[in-house]
Amino acid sequence: MLLLVSAARQVEIPGDAREAQRGVWIDRETLRELTGWSLRPEGLCRGDACVPLSRNLAKRFVDGDRVDAAGLWHALGRPVLHDDACETWMLGEAAEDRERQLQSLEAPDFTLPDLAGRMHSLSDYRGSKVLLATWASW
Amino acid sequence: MWQRLYEELKDDGFVVITVAMDSRGTHAVRRPIRRAHPTHPSLIDTHHLVAELYNMVNVPQVVWIDEEGRIVRPTEVSGAALTLNLARMRRLKRLYLDAIRDWVRNGRASVYAFDEQEARAHLPPFTDDIAWAHANFHLGRTLWQAGKREEGGRFLKRAVELNPDSWNFFRQMKNLEHVLASGGPDFFRRTRRFRYEGRPYYALPDMPGMKDV
Repeated sequence: MLLLVSAARQVEIPGDAREAQRGVWIDRETLRELTGWSLRPEGLCRGDACVPLSRNLAKRFVDGDRVDAAGLWHALGRPVLHDDACETWMLGEAAEDRERQLQSLEAPDFTLPDLAGRMHSLSDYRGSKVLLATWASW
Repeated sequence: MWQRLYEELKDDGFVVITVAMDSRGTHAVRRPIRRAHPTHPSLIDTHHLVAELYNMVNVPQVVWIDEEGRIVRPTEVSGAALTLNLARMRRLKRLYLDAIRDWVRNGRASVYAFDEQEARAHLPPFTDDIAWAHANFHLGRTLWQAGKREEGGRFLKRAVELNPDSWNFFRQMKNLEHVLASGGPDFFRRTRRFRYEGRPYYALPDMPGMKDV
């Protein structure tokens, strides 16, 4: 099994760590669930943002319904990291996407648990003024 | 403090959402949360996702978000100071809470609410190093939680190197090494060095009256 991690989610997929070094192949739907990015004819897209894929990139990293997420991330210069055993893979967010999101002034949504495990999203509180305040025990 | 403000203003269309940045998870924050008796959403963020989304580097940091989900004041320190001058700390806190009250009453017309141009100008830039730092932090924390502490620690350390401005990364890493280490000698050495370099631990929010406190 391989563990794929993104900023907001993680997913386990069947796979072999040795083969993962040559490419972490997942289906398009898994990529979308994990990262929010989907492959469309115009490129790698999420919301209004699209990163065009050259034919060369598409040939190397896309095969029908399957995509080498790690290879594609690497080729696009997006943060991608793995542990020593190549079992855990981190697909990070590009700075420009974070920057674009913040510059739009649309508050990025998130879903997190409270102490009882109940999930809350920022968007649940649309219609109220929200003070988002961080703290830590440390 | 947020609980009291929330109770005071909740009937005016205002909510506080607190987020605990704690990679040790629920058990690290259970006691402080129970003690605060929050009636507002009090959430736990083991991945420091909110810090990544809003480009935060310390706690407490806050963001003001209006009814339409637009950022009114981006990430800033909520009128806290690393000082032993308790009277000054109280004044900073009072001014900041009054600013929030003014915004809740007056909305966009409040002198404390930025217009869009001002809000954009106050966004801390999100650099490549910051993006890579978050990726390293996520992976390090994930490995640490899976029991691979030494290997995870390497990625956490890399996150601190890539974004030295993040006290969150530094203190969480120290806290994972040892539960009491986030405020230990390394922390005070680091704050001294930062002060020497003219990088305040807590920057003052850019709002009327703040500089005079």
